[in-house]
Amino acid sequence: MSATGIGASVRRKEDFRFITGKGHYTDDISRPGQTYAYFLRSPHAHAKIKRIDKAAAEKMPGVLGVLDGAEMQADKIGNLICGWMIHSKDGSPMKMAPHPALAVGKVCYVGDPVVVVVAETLAQAKDAAEKVVVDYEELPAVVDCAKAKGATQIHEVASDNVIFDWHLGDKAKTDVAFASAKHVTKLDIYNNRLAPNAIEPRAAIGEYDTGSESFTLWNTSQNPHVARLVIAAFVGMAPENKLRVIAPDVGGGFGSKIFIYNEEVVALWASKRVGRPVKWTAERSESFLNDAHGRDHATHAEMAFDADGKILGLRAHTIANLGAYMSTFSSSVPTYLYATLLSGQYAIPQIYCEVDAVYTNTAPVDAYRGAGRPEAAFVVERLMEVGAREMGIDPADLRRRNFVKSFPHQTPVIMAYDTGDFDASLKKAMELADYKNFGKRKREAERRGKLRGIGFSAYIEACGIAPSQAVGSLGAGVGLWESAEVRVNPTGSVEVLTGSHAHGQGHETTFAQLVSERLGIPIESISIVHGDTDKVQFGMGTYGSRSGAVGMSAIVKALDKVEAKAKKVAAHMMEAAEGDIEFKDGKFTVAGTDKSAAWGDVALNAYIAHKFSGQELEPGLKEGAFYDPTNFTFPAGCHICEVEIDPTTGVTEIVNWSAVDDFGVVINPMIVEGQVHGGVAQGIGQAMIEHAIYDDNGQPVTGSFMDYAMPRAHNLPSFKVGMTTTKCPSNPLGMKGCGEAGAIAAPAAVINAITDAIGTENIAMPANAATVWAAIQKIQPRAAAE
Amino acid sequence: MPTVSMTVNGKPVSADVDSRTLLVQFLRENLRLTGTHVGCDTSQCGACVVHVDGVALKSCTTFAWQVEGANVTTIEGLADGDKLHPMQEAFRENHGLQCGFCTPGMIMSAVEMVWRKGSDLDEQTIREELDGNLCRCTGYHNIVKAIHAGARAMAGDRGPARQAAE
Repeated sequence: MSATGIGASVRRKEDFRFITGKGHYTDDISRPGQTYAYFLRSPHAHAKIKRIDKAAAEKMPGVLGVLDGAEMQADKIGNLICGWMIHSKDGSPMKMAPHPALAVGKVCYVGDPVVVVVAETLAQAKDAAEKVVVDYEELPAVVDCAKAKGATQIHEVASDNVIFDWHLGDKAKTDVAFASAKHVTKLDIYNNRLAPNAIEPRAAIGEYDTGSESFTLWNTSQNPHVARLVIAAFVGMAPENKLRVIAPDVGGGFGSKIFIYNEEVVALWASKRVGRPVKWTAERSESFLNDAHGRDHATHAEMAFDADGKILGLRAHTIANLGAYMSTFSSSVPTYLYATLLSGQYAIPQIYCEVDAVYTNTAPVDAYRGAGRPEAAFVVERLMEVGAREMGIDPADLRRRNFVKSFPHQTPVIMAYDTGDFDASLKKAMELADYKNFGKRKREAERRGKLRGIGFSAYIEACGIAPSQAVGSLGAGVGLWESAEVRVNPTGSVEVLTGSHAHGQGHETTFAQLVSERLGIPIESISIVHGDTDKVQFGMGTYGSRSGAVGMSAIVKALDKVEAKAKKVAAHMMEAAEGDIEFKDGKFTVAGTDKSAAWGDVALNAYIAHKFSGQELEPGLKEGAFYDPTNFTFPAGCHICEVEIDPTTGVTEIVNWSAVDDFGVVINPMIVEGQVHGGVAQGIGQAMIEHAIYDDNGQPVTGSFMDYAMPRAHNLPSFKVGMTTTKCPSNPLGMKGCGEAGAIAAPAAVINAITDAIGTENIAMPANAATVWAAIQKIQPRAAAE
Repeated sequence: MPTVSMTVNGKPVSADVDSRTLLVQFLRENLRLTGTHVGCDTSQCGACVVHVDGVALKSCTTFAWQVEGANVTTIEGLADGDKLHPMQEAFRENHGLQCGFCTPGMIMSAVEMVWRKGSDLDEQTIREELDGNLCRCTGYHNIVKAIHAGARAMAGDRGPARQAAE
């Protein structure tokens, strides 16, 4: 292993600009003549718009435009869309309601954008917005997904507020499996609604150039090419060749910056209307209102076991809240990203899952770190833990009895697991957690008046999203390959243009490590270019832990082509047969001779083209590739959480976190461990404190960092992180992906630990101090009172 | 419009600004020092932390005129020329950042934490002192490590406020 190659914890190349304040985030960009947009948003969860009076606002100082949805429609700007088609059980397509970027006729959630004010300064835009008068006629609102059916209908297209009722698996066979069960474990679960809260708020700058009749959008996007495609092809702002999207440094995404949002569409349109660049930056309160939320599932799940604790079947019914409108990929999350993972790490012969997706008067819900897979892992791992306790079997032992042990393994819910060693990660996690001495620690805690509990989560996820044909057959509107272009300069330095997008993952370092290892050149000579549709031809972006397994595989493919071409050049230079050329450690040699040519010399010769005929061999050294994966990848592992609870207050401390993950081949262990830490923190946040709450009228209760419990440093422990490795067989580097694992694994581990400590079957997330205290009161009132 | 004057990263600056201009807006918009970030509107996230006369302060909740005549240091002014501040080095060395957005505020808070609490910081102290800085990427694990290491590397640096007082 070289110091900068695959497997080395290289310090990140991008860090210098971030630690010196020289990053370039969207809000850092100022365009000549820039104006500022401020959005007037609905204060009601559900209302008809009777009248909009803009006259007074238009006369305010500095105001350049006060624009509404009717004007947008008049300009033929189309609606936002959801790009994944789901069909109901009866074959009917999902009920996608119109989603205008500025509301037309009605508003469907608090925060729904109604009017945009564009002014010389932000303060002037805000002042003018106060002068806009909107008359609303309030309508009854519904926020709870379990109550959506039968509540006041939100959209004409969706009777009973049902978007689809979908299912996966074989109901009849699953019911037969349950009929023969010795034991059935049943659970009702609510997977709490979360606000993603990347610390960089979303932002957009729209700019229209009258000379070229083209638009540029700077935005906080995880996938600028997809934004361009949707805004061009569906919203109809401009043809793709007249729209450039630049996503510069992006301050965290976690899914929430995948989607195409109202404000970026409006910023583009408004820039043409006012004839100047228009900038919008979200305030945090707007982020809470308008960024797509995550989760919000209510599930009843059952697991059937035989007399030996072998699982016979699993069935689940889930109601998924998709909010007021269908966000870009919302329909895929509670369906193909969820139900397909309900087999967990286990050989389960029969699985049946029904999912009803509903509209409510809340912010749209879409993918948030893990996206469907945390919900699946939570269902499976909670059932396993509760089942083990009910049957009196050690929870580790119950898992071992049911692990998938031979690969490939076809589950009853589409996924075909390619490789893994679930025993190994469980064993290593138990060692890391010092599981065998847990009893001692529990007794010691009891002596101090504390309740101690331990919980497992043996999760699996499907990442490396995804084979295009497969997802196409499941309803995806796009292919999920990735592209790369490797440009070798005449001096031998290299630019890699990638369709992946980094917003914290460290691609500038890890992708350069791959190229450094492959070409034998220092990583300083390699630049990773991403996030600009004028530079990178196309890309599907970064989400679903796909940038390593898919994005880097595309780079490998392009590097293969570069090497093949360079060998031809080297053969001409050294007057040898192409087949005799070998390339290693940055040097071309002729087999059986002492002739050699350095990488830089070959690159230069490719461009000066003096040593070969330009008719026989094209000059230059630049190759591109599209890589389409052959399967999902299946990162898996085991996290063990140990908690200590003060029964007098319910305050719960995580005293030990042991994570063992199998991510396949790892490029940079330092970065991968960082991804685990961050994911686990978000999972702990979900399990213990985070909850995006609306009151019964649809008013958000958690609208700022004062009310929404973001994990802070003192809420979290230090983490013990270990790894096991089975190489992924489906991509050239053997990578599986690591970005979402922690968020998928953590919630079940926490809740299993807390319920173990208290001795209760179930507890709601977030299990904050008040919830834990109340649960203790129910179970052991005397102990708590002492 | 009132005129505000202060010293920012060692340079005297002066401008006529709307009286409601926040210090962070003055730094970002007027001076184009965009390393200081805004991550919230309730003084919770700490992405906007700068030093005013050696004290960490949230520039999103301070009017520019409130620091009239003060000595302001932003993340851009923390390094000594080409030589990074030890806390900057520690964040890079310990992978104490991912997306980088909270990082300037984290580093500025961390430096002042050492000035207040000394260079031998235990994990609990660091975690409690970070209450005013939010990070969504790292789970704080490596930030805590970075501050622990950065603090040690800062041994002897007691900060401008204390040095001036002595």
